[in-house]
Amino acid sequence: MSTIWDHEFDTPVFKGKVSFPTGIFINGKFTEGSTGNTIDVINPTNGKVITKIPEATADDVDRAAKAAHKAFDTVWGLKCPGSERGKLLSKLADLLEEKWDEFAAIEALDNGKAFWSAKGDVGISVDTLKYFAGWAGKSHGKVIETTEDKLAYTRHEPIGVCGQIIPWNFPLMMMAWKLGPALATGNTIVIKPSEATPLTALRMASLIKEAGFPDGVVNVVVGYGNTVGAAIAEHMQIEKVAFTGSTLVGRKIMEAAARTNLKNVTLELGGKSPNIIFNDADLGKVVNWSVHGIFFNHGQACCAGSRIYVQSGVYDEFLRRFTARAASLRLGDPFSADSYQGPQVSRIQFDRIMSYINSGKEQGATVHLGGERQGEEGYWIKPTIFTDTKPNMRIVQEEIFGPVGVVIKFEDEADVIRQANDTVYGLAAAVFSQDINRAIETAHKLHAGTAWINCVNQLHPQVPFGGYKQSGIGRELGEYALDSYTNVKAVHVNLGHNL
Amino acid sequence: MASVAHIPVPRSNTTIPVPTGLFINNQFVPSLDALEPIKVYNPATEEVLCEVTSAGEKDVNRAVAAARTAFKTTWGKNVTGFERSRLLNKLADLMERDQQSLAELECLNNGKPVKVARDFDIGDSVACLRYYAGWADKILGQTIEVDRKTKVAITHPEPIGVCGQIIPWNYPIQMWAWKVAPALAVGCTIVMKPSEITPLTALKLSELVVEAGFPPGVVNTIPSLGSVGGAAISSHPDIDKVAFTGSTITGRRIMEAAAKSNLKKVSLELGGKSPHIVFESADLEQAANWAALGILYNTGQDCTAGSRLYVQDTIYEKFLSLLAVKAKELVIGDGFDEQTGGGPVVSKGQYDRVWGYIESGKKEGARLLIGGEKRSTPGFYVDATIFADVRPDMKIVKEEIFGPVLSVGKFSTEEEVIALANDTTYGLAAGLHSNDAGQCMRVSQALDAGTIWVNQYNMLNNNVPFGGKKQSGIGRELGSQALDEYISTKAVHWNYGEKLEWPL
Repeated sequence: MSTIWDHEFDTPVFKGKVSFPTGIFINGKFTEGSTGNTIDVINPTNGKVITKIPEATADDVDRAAKAAHKAFDTVWGLKCPGSERGKLLSKLADLLEEKWDEFAAIEALDNGKAFWSAKGDVGISVDTLKYFAGWAGKSHGKVIETTEDKLAYTRHEPIGVCGQIIPWNFPLMMMAWKLGPALATGNTIVIKPSEATPLTALRMASLIKEAGFPDGVVNVVVGYGNTVGAAIAEHMQIEKVAFTGSTLVGRKIMEAAARTNLKNVTLELGGKSPNIIFNDADLGKVVNWSVHGIFFNHGQACCAGSRIYVQSGVYDEFLRRFTARAASLRLGDPFSADSYQGPQVSRIQFDRIMSYINSGKEQGATVHLGGERQGEEGYWIKPTIFTDTKPNMRIVQEEIFGPVGVVIKFEDEADVIRQANDTVYGLAAAVFSQDINRAIETAHKLHAGTAWINCVNQLHPQVPFGGYKQSGIGRELGEYALDSYTNVKAVHVNLGHNL
Repeated sequence: MASVAHIPVPRSNTTIPVPTGLFINNQFVPSLDALEPIKVYNPATEEVLCEVTSAGEKDVNRAVAAARTAFKTTWGKNVTGFERSRLLNKLADLMERDQQSLAELECLNNGKPVKVARDFDIGDSVACLRYYAGWADKILGQTIEVDRKTKVAITHPEPIGVCGQIIPWNYPIQMWAWKVAPALAVGCTIVMKPSEITPLTALKLSELVVEAGFPPGVVNTIPSLGSVGGAAISSHPDIDKVAFTGSTITGRRIMEAAAKSNLKKVSLELGGKSPHIVFESADLEQAANWAALGILYNTGQDCTAGSRLYVQDTIYEKFLSLLAVKAKELVIGDGFDEQTGGGPVVSKGQYDRVWGYIESGKKEGARLLIGGEKRSTPGFYVDATIFADVRPDMKIVKEEIFGPVLSVGKFSTEEEVIALANDTTYGLAAGLHSNDAGQCMRVSQALDAGTIWVNQYNMLNNNVPFGGKKQSGIGRELGSQALDEYISTKAVHWNYGEKLEWPL
């Protein structure tokens, strides 16, 4: 028995009925939670409840871990060849591709991002699943020469039951990034989507069943961070946790893992990524990239180019054009055909961002554009640009996670690199210059896991992504993602050495 | 000659339509050379199934031109790995959709049982296409640290270009998949010459290439005689690489032609005379099963056939009796019969060849255990034949027979059998059966072959490399290694900080 969410979309960009179970998905079945409590799924355009879904608890996590363990020992893990895992992942990608618009609509309704943006997310999710489907069975160990009387080789084995905790900014895409490498390598999963945006993850649970994954291989458990998230991080039979979210929560996860069973931890955390624009940058192009860098996804991107450093020779012209472009961005209903930007995801996020904007004003920065709410209902915030900042201001140091950029003038190349690196974060960085030699040299000096040259916020399923410093541990995407889900066993076969 | 042949399917009212033209630029076209068409036979009935166009030199040129244009415009560096992956996966889906009719066609032309063609040949081929589809967007170069200050060095793995591929008649569909998949995954374009004995499934698969959505010219299929099409491909000045599977004698000619023309890259999968060793500690019942499989699978028409069996003296007679019983259990007959486990040999030519070897075995004094007698009914049938007590100098021990004819010899020590096993110019495969782990390790290290089976035989996997040592071949198929055969590495040295002082 499970709750079902029925909804009819009647919008300019999408019309259609959706109907799917929203229960807790464990061992191939949707059920109520162990307490019978529910979570309100809120529509960020108006603060109203879209639907109520069962709330999972620590007991449900325990049940899920047991199911995942059983599946790992019997029908997945080392019991299932890579070709079969790849086939199922491929099938899942195909099923998602068939329902592209439906998923985009659910995501836009739940998260608030514009429908066109949600469609982009679905496309990347499909590509990511297909990409990792191709890796299944291709993670080879090595045979290593030692001496004549020994055969030494490594096996690349799956870790086991992996807990995965994903955020609300790209709900479906983050699920694809996590499921892909974990399933390709043979792990089983207990995944906690964000309680703020659970709907596409729950829709995926039905697809996972339809694709033919054996029961227990993927379990979807929606609950709160301090109950379900903590339960995953502390669970003695979960051997690995992968978390994407804030640095603050990332710490707690890592502490919990250390305190309990020293489970393997990978983290994708926050960022305050610098975007460095030299005098010889192609201004017309740079302005578009910079707008994309901070305002895409309403600024709710871990790699957002939120600190924009502009060399003095082009500062005024850049600021003028950047401001004009930002001011022209259309805020509106996610399902309106000409909306660029929808509301922020929730009341809590809205309040946080507004509080940063106020701190900027209080600390003496200039509000060059925006700096306020749009509309009376829902969580829209106008694209906001601060200038005349000082390095120690909160809006320069801390991650805001909203459509708020700071533009900072610089002159000296060595100094801007120092400023760019002067942060606890190290997720990404961008450099704009027509002198490709300087651009490469600068990129190499920036302490970030991704360096963009003459572009920003560009990701591909086959190129790794992850943070230096307090932006994270480990890499997602690309072949590197497989390492996070692999246990290496060295086997020494003695052929003749006697003690 | 009709442009489509309708091949009747036995025991049913259906026919399979097969295009009979040359497949160039996604279309089936008549020959420019107007050679005598190729007659295609059913080896179970000895009757002609149909005729197909035989490509000549002008046709090869046309196919190469189509492949080159595609490589420069719609394929090669102009198509993403994602797109190549998508198309290969689509092709796999289509092959899976049509597996029954493809299996029936394969049986009619090659003789192998329908159920074997469908579940093994085609099942493995579909998985092979999907395996390489997975690699297509994962062809990685390297960044190589030079000095960390002024220069980056990167390697680009680039597709070689236009590849000629010449495949044999023993596994027509599977050899097609083994060749096509890695070449397309990397971004090469193809001029494929299927065997003139078994061209039908390659032509049918060309229809699926179109349906899957590959651009014109990416895959071209030109059945032709080896001496015409094969020779033209191996000496063509605008083909960048030739991949050949077939006899060692033809492999030599291909390599010579490649050297004489444009030094095109060459990879070869040639013959074998693979040793199959049974030690006294082996599970004899299982070893006998594997030994039977090793010589009878595909009616012995397998480059890795375990055609020289060496049994340890302490278990020799016991094992021979066991094996003789197993060998007789396999039903060799009509491929449309559910009971049949093996079919006829593929052609009159092969039939005569194999019988020639059987006569030579008898003449040179080997002990005939089973088989050795011709059937009186139609069809190129050769029944399981086992010669025992063979000597190393016998023709049946030295030369590749390519039929269900096994030579069995005796040995006493490990050293002795390793010497016997390695005493051949071939080096494709070998098998050994033993329960002594140390022995398994020692012997597998000592045998000179590209594939060693321990307590098994004949089972390959798409992700494990396969190929020969010595005169059994050059290069590897399957696994990630197959990709290397179609990649040409470019190193880029990118200076971003060094200013050159001049004069030196």
